[in-house]
Amino acid sequence: MALSILIDWFPYLFSGIVLTLGLVASALIIGVGIGLPMALGQVYGSLAIRTLISIYVWFFRGLPVLVLLFLFYFGIFPALKLDLPAFYVGAVVLGLWGAAYQSQVFRGAIQSISEGQMTAARSLGMSRFQAIKSIILPQAMRIALPGWSNQYPEILTESSICYAIGVAELLTRSSQIVSQTYVTMPIYMACAIIFILLSYAGTSGIHFIEKKIAIPGFGPGEA
Amino acid sequence: MTDEKYILRIENIKKAFGTNEVLTGVSINVKKGETVCFIGPSGTGKSTLLRCINQLTIPDSGKIFLNDEEVTHAGPRINYFRQKIGMVFQNFFLFDHLTAVRNVEIALLKVKKMSPKEAREKAMYELKQVGMANWAEHYPAELSGGQAQRVSIARALAMDPEIMLFDEPTSALDPELTREVLEVMKKLVIDGMTMLVVTHEMGFACSVANKICFMEHGQIKEQGSPAELLNNPEFERCKAFIGEFREYSQ
Repeated sequence: MALSILIDWFPYLFSGIVLTLGLVASALIIGVGIGLPMALGQVYGSLAIRTLISIYVWFFRGLPVLVLLFLFYFGIFPALKLDLPAFYVGAVVLGLWGAAYQSQVFRGAIQSISEGQMTAARSLGMSRFQAIKSIILPQAMRIALPGWSNQYPEILTESSICYAIGVAELLTRSSQIVSQTYVTMPIYMACAIIFILLSYAGTSGIHFIEKKIAIPGFGPGEA
Repeated sequence: MTDEKYILRIENIKKAFGTNEVLTGVSINVKKGETVCFIGPSGTGKSTLLRCINQLTIPDSGKIFLNDEEVTHAGPRINYFRQKIGMVFQNFFLFDHLTAVRNVEIALLKVKKMSPKEAREKAMYELKQVGMANWAEHYPAELSGGQAQRVSIARALAMDPEIMLFDEPTSALDPELTREVLEVMKKLVIDGMTMLVVTHEMGFACSVANKICFMEHGQIKEQGSPAELLNNPEFERCKAFIGEFREYSQ
């Protein structure tokens, strides 16, 4: 009975999975796209830049995601006359929120690279920009990856909060199915299992990449 | 008045870190093909002097000329001068994420804009020169200190520098590994490279240097050929320093 309901509703649930993964992917892209430049700004930037970034990080880490979501959905986007669908608001908020955390993961990794690497690069005639791009970042990104990999399951699980603004993601669709069929536990069970499988698949993928780009004697887990 | 014979001219370089005056006015001229060794107690500004030459440390005052072109106040053009001034560091500073051959070729690709093929050929040639061609595909963590230092010498040489700066190149190495690095450096001397070497290896300094500069308190206190330094009674302070060295190394 429950199983046949699940099978009947699976296509509906599946488009929820697609939306959830869409949220996560966009949030991660926004997170890296903003988090990495922020980390560089914090390490190499002027005092004004560093201060601005600190305020950003303090703001986004200081508020619950749900509060941020409401703030942007009901306040900031309407005030900017941006009439965005809930999905985009969710992706942007998760991305901006994740960027605050990711910037600190990247910053720590960049700062862990010894000064000598920059010195040697500059002594060969590389500009500061070339040295950061070709020498510092390839090392820092490898060091950052294990810490950064937390972001995937974190954003994946947090994405369910977009339920609150009506994004038709996995949890939203699950509860819609529940209210249609009055079958509760099996549906939420399926929802939970899907979340866990998505989380597992993603982190395994990141571990695979970690191993793929590992360098003998360099980075975490090697030494 | 410029003297064209000199490839490198250092004029009255001063540098202080806070209230700590590290260099209190150093001047020296170096001819093409000369090897100049800097010796003296720790903390007397020898390494700082080398770092001032390629502007890794910006001196407070004084001027430096390479082939009569001013290196100090060069602005962004410093990256051009740094290609002509190779540098080797005490702790090698190999790029940890790159294999030996990639270490040597990265600046050829990024700075000299060579084609990948050209850069690889040049890098392999330089590795061969320092006896490291068989280790080309190894990462820095897989190399001994002596091997790493030889790769870092190859990395500097690949840029075809006009002078080479060595900042205590063997201080992090045991005697065995020190020897293999000094061998490579001796070969460079013979090939006619202009070299400035900060070192505690008196044997090396005495056997290959054209000039030894004894530094103390941020100044070149005494300078001369190895024979002069060892035999001339004028160079008392230097001899005492070398003497102390001998005492402890026996």
